[in-house]
Amino acid sequence: MSRIGVFVCHCGENISRTVDVERVAKAAGEIPGVAFSCDYKYMCSDPGQSLLKKAVAEHKLDGVLVAACSPRMHEKTFRKATESAGLNPYLCEMANIREHCSWVHEDREKATEKATDIVKLMVERVRKGKSLAPITVPVTKRALVIGGGIAGIQAALDIADAGHRVVLVERDPSIGGHMAQLSETFPTLDCSQCIMTPKMVDVANHPNITLYTYAEIEKVDGYIGNFQVTVKHKARSVDQSKCTGCGVCMTKCPKKKIPNEFDQGHGMRPAIYVPFPQAVPNTPVIDRENCTMFQSGKCGVCAKVCGPGAVDYEQQDSFTVEDVGAIVVATGFKLYTIDRKPDDSPIQGYGEFGYGTIPDVIDGLTFERLASASGPTGGKILRPSDGKEPKQVVFIQCVGSRAREKGISYCSKVCCMYTAKHTMLYHHKVHDGQAYVFFMDARTPGKGYDEFWRRAVEEEEAVYIRGMVSRMYQKGDKIVVMGSDIQVGVQVEIEADLVVLATAVQAQDGADLLAQKLGISYDKYNFYSEAHAKLKPVECATAGIYLAGACQGPKDIPDTVSQASAAAAKVMTLFAKDQLERDPVVAKVNEKYCVGCFACKKVCAYGAIEEKEIRDRQGNLVKKVAYVNPGVCGGCGTCQATCPSKSIELDGYTDEQIMAMIESL
Amino acid sequence: MPDFEPKIVAFVCTWCTYAGADLAGTSRMQYPPNVRVLKFPCTGRIDPVFILRAFQKGADGVLVSGCHPGDCHYMAGNFHARRRFAAFRALLDFVGVDLNRLQFSWVSAAEGGKWVEVVTELTERVRTMGPMPEFKELEHEELWSTFAGAAGGKSAVLNSPELKEAYDSIG
Ligand SMILES: Cc1cc2nc3c(=O)[nH]c(=O)nc-3n(C[C@H](O)[C@H](O)[C@H](O)COP(=O)(O)OP(=O)(O)OC[C@H]3O[C@@H](n4cnc5c(N)ncnc54)[C@H](O)[C@@H]3O)c2cc1C
Ligand code: SF4
Ligand code: SF4
Repeated sequence: MSRIGVFVCHCGENISRTVDVERVAKAAGEIPGVAFSCDYKYMCSDPGQSLLKKAVAEHKLDGVLVAACSPRMHEKTFRKATESAGLNPYLCEMANIREHCSWVHEDREKATEKATDIVKLMVERVRKGKSLAPITVPVTKRALVIGGGIAGIQAALDIADAGHRVVLVERDPSIGGHMAQLSETFPTLDCSQCIMTPKMVDVANHPNITLYTYAEIEKVDGYIGNFQVTVKHKARSVDQSKCTGCGVCMTKCPKKKIPNEFDQGHGMRPAIYVPFPQAVPNTPVIDRENCTMFQSGKCGVCAKVCGPGAVDYEQQDSFTVEDVGAIVVATGFKLYTIDRKPDDSPIQGYGEFGYGTIPDVIDGLTFERLASASGPTGGKILRPSDGKEPKQVVFIQCVGSRAREKGISYCSKVCCMYTAKHTMLYHHKVHDGQAYVFFMDARTPGKGYDEFWRRAVEEEEAVYIRGMVSRMYQKGDKIVVMGSDIQVGVQVEIEADLVVLATAVQAQDGADLLAQKLGISYDKYNFYSEAHAKLKPVECATAGIYLAGACQGPKDIPDTVSQASAAAAKVMTLFAKDQLERDPVVAKVNEKYCVGCFACKKVCAYGAIEEKEIRDRQGNLVKKVAYVNPGVCGGCGTCQATCPSKSIELDGYTDEQIMAMIESL
Repeated sequence: MPDFEPKIVAFVCTWCTYAGADLAGTSRMQYPPNVRVLKFPCTGRIDPVFILRAFQKGADGVLVSGCHPGDCHYMAGNFHARRRFAAFRALLDFVGVDLNRLQFSWVSAAEGGKWVEVVTELTERVRTMGPMPEFKELEHEELWSTFAGAAGGKSAVLNSPELKEAYDSIG
C-alpha cells in the first residue's frame, strides 16, 4: 500500500487530554507512503465516518489506519466504513492509542511519543496488508445425532421440531440409553420409563427424524456445513420394513436363557430379542453368537413362525452415506466394571471388594433394575444369589471415583444422589430393612438435591458412615463389610445381605475411536473436550460438531437435557443461514515451498490440515503437500510458527507484516 | 545511567493479554509508557525469530504473553508456544543473553492489574540492567541469519523475492 490514510481521533478529550493528537497526525503524515493524515474529534461518529469515506475517495487511498480506541471496540465500525468507501475492509486497521496509551499514562510528552510509535507500527501493518475475501461455505440443513440416550433424543427432537431433518444413529438395537434402565429418578422420584418412553415414541414418529438403530459411524468426511458420514447398519437378521413387531419369534425361540444386557445380566432373553418391552423400534435383532441357526445351521424356528416373513438369516451389514451440516455427539457413559470383566483401561481393580466373585455385590445400575417394576424381579428387592429379600444393605460410594491412586481423579457427580435415592427406594420396598452408606463426602449441589439427600438421612433412616471400606468377604450367606468410621474414629463391621457399589462413571467404550473419526479431542479419560470450559461448553473445537450429555463428562439428567437443548440451539443457529460466512483469517499453504513434513498437521488443534497429492500431467505423484481447509481452520497461526520451511502463512498475520512492524521499532 | 529509558516490546495474543491491557486502560491504571504492543491471534503464532529481531531492532526487553494454560481461545496454541519458548529460552541462555530481559507470562482478559504489574516489573528490571547492545551490533554482520544473507544482509524478511527465487531454482 502506498497511499495510506491515517485518521487520529480525539475521542472527545479521552485521547487528546494526554496525547497531542495534532502532533501525532502531523508525524503520521511524514511517514513514507502516508498520503493523507488528519485528526478529528469523534472518528466513530457519523461525520467522522463520512470524513474517512470522503478522504478515501479524494486522496485515492489504498489503506486506512484509524488511531483511536481498541480494535476490540470499533474495528468492525471502521472496516465497514472502509468497505462502503470501496476498499477491501481488511485494508483498514486500528492503532490503539486510548486503552493502551492515553488512559494509562499521564506524561503528555511521553504519551504523545508512544502514540506516534504505535501509529508508525500500525502503518507498517497496513502497508503490508492484503485484501481478503470473506470465506463462505454452503450449509446442508440436516443434522446427525450420534447416540440415542436422553441426550441424543432431546437434541434430535429439538432440532426436528425446529423444522430441520435429523438422522439419529444408535449403536444398540433400541434407543433409550441408561435412562431407560433407571427405576425412579432423583430428585423427584418420578418413574424413569414413564417420562422416557413417550419421548422415545416421539422420535420414532417424528416426520423429520430418520432413526437408525443397531448402527454405527463408519467414517466422517467433510467439515462444518458439509459433512459426509458413512453409517454402518449392522445386520439385524430381521427386515425392518416387513417386521410388524408382533414378537411371536421371541416367544417361540427355543434358546431362552441368555443373560439380558439391559437387566445387567440378571434377567434372561431369547436369541431373537428386543432389549426391553418398550424398545423403540420394536423390531427384534438376532444375537448371532447365541443363535442355534447361526452356530449350527439347525433351528430356523423364528423364520417359520414369522407371519410377514421378516426374518432373514442372509442379511449382511450395509452402509449408507448421509450428507449433514452439523453433528451432535451424545454417546453417553459406561459404568466402571471393576473386576468383573477385565477391560484394557489403566484403572486398577478393587479386588478387596470381591465384585464379580461374591454374587451379592452388585453395582448401581443392577440395583436400578432390581428396583424397577419392569425389571427381572418385578420391582422386588431380591438378592441375586438366592432370591431372598436382603435386610441389611451396604452402599459404598466413590468406588473408583476420586481415587487418584486407582487411576480416576474426578468425581462421578451422580453417585451421591443416586445412592441416596437407592436407600429411599430400598426403604420404601423393605420396611424392616436397614441401609448403610459408606461415603467420603455428600455432594449435593443442584436444585432440590440437598433437600433430597437430607430426606434420605433424616426421614428414611439411612445410616451414613463417613469412611472407607477396607475389605469384604463372604461368611455363610452374609457379606462381612469391614470399614472405618473416621468421624467417630472406630472400626465398623457390618454383616450385610447385599452390597451395592456406586462405581465410577467412565467414558463409553470406543469413545476414543469415534473421536478420531470425527476429529474431535478428548481428555485422558476419553471424555470429549468442549471448546471452552466456561464459554463454549457444548461446542467442540472442531467447527460444526457439538456435545450433549455424559459423553463430555459425568452428568445427571437435568444437566444432560439442558446441554442437549443447548447443542440443538447451536445447530439451529448454524442452520439459520444458507451460507456460512467467516473471518478470512485462515492459514494458506505455499505448495511450492511445502516439503510435506506435516509438522503443521501435528500442531493444528482444529484438524484443519490435510495431505494433498500433487501430480504431474501424466498423473505421477510429484509430492505430497499440506492443504488447509478454510472452513475448518481456526486462525491461530500455530502452524506458521511451527513450519520449518516457512511455507504456511496466516492471512492477516504474515511474517512480512510482522517483520515490517518490528523493523519500525 | 539515570536517563536510560528502556524499550520494551510486547508480543501478546488478542483474546487474553491484549484484552487484559485494554482492561487496564478502561480501569485507568497507570504503567510506564515504554512498552510497544504487537498483537497476534495467539501466542502459538509467535515465532522465536520475532523475538530475536525485536532485540536486534532496539528492544531492551521483550514480553510474550497470552492466555493461561487451558484457556487458549484456539484450544492449544499456548501449549505449543510454551514448549517452543522453553527450548528457545535455553538457547538464548546458551548464547549468553541475560534471560531477565525476556519475560513470559499469562495475563487473562480479566487481569488488567496483572498486565500493569508485569509491564512495570519488566520495565524497571531492564532499566536497572541498562541497554542491550549485543544483538544490535549483530545487525551489521552478514551472517546474522541465512535468510538475511539471502536477502542481501539487510533485512530478515523471510519471504523476500530473493528467497523466493532461490527456492524456485531448487524446483
Ligand atoms: C445407577 C445410576 C442411577 C442414576 N440415576 C439418576 C437419577 O435418578 N436422576 C438423574 O438425573 N440421573 C441419574 N443418573 C444419570 C443418568 O443416567 C445420565 O445423566 C444419563 O443417562 C445421561 O444420558 P446420555 O444420553 O448422555 O447417555 P446414555 O444414557 O449413556 O446414552 C448414550 C447412548 O448412546 C449410545 N452410543 C454409545 N456409543 C455409541 C456410538 N459409538 N454410536 C452410536 N451410539 C452410541 C448408547 O448405546 C446409548 O444409547 C444415574 C446414573 C446411574 C449410573
Ligand atoms: S434361529 Fe432359532 S435360535 Fe435363532 S432366533 Fe430363530 S428361533 Fe431363535
Ligand atoms: S492457523 Fe491454526 S487452525 Fe488454522 S491451520 Fe494453522 S494451526 Fe490449524
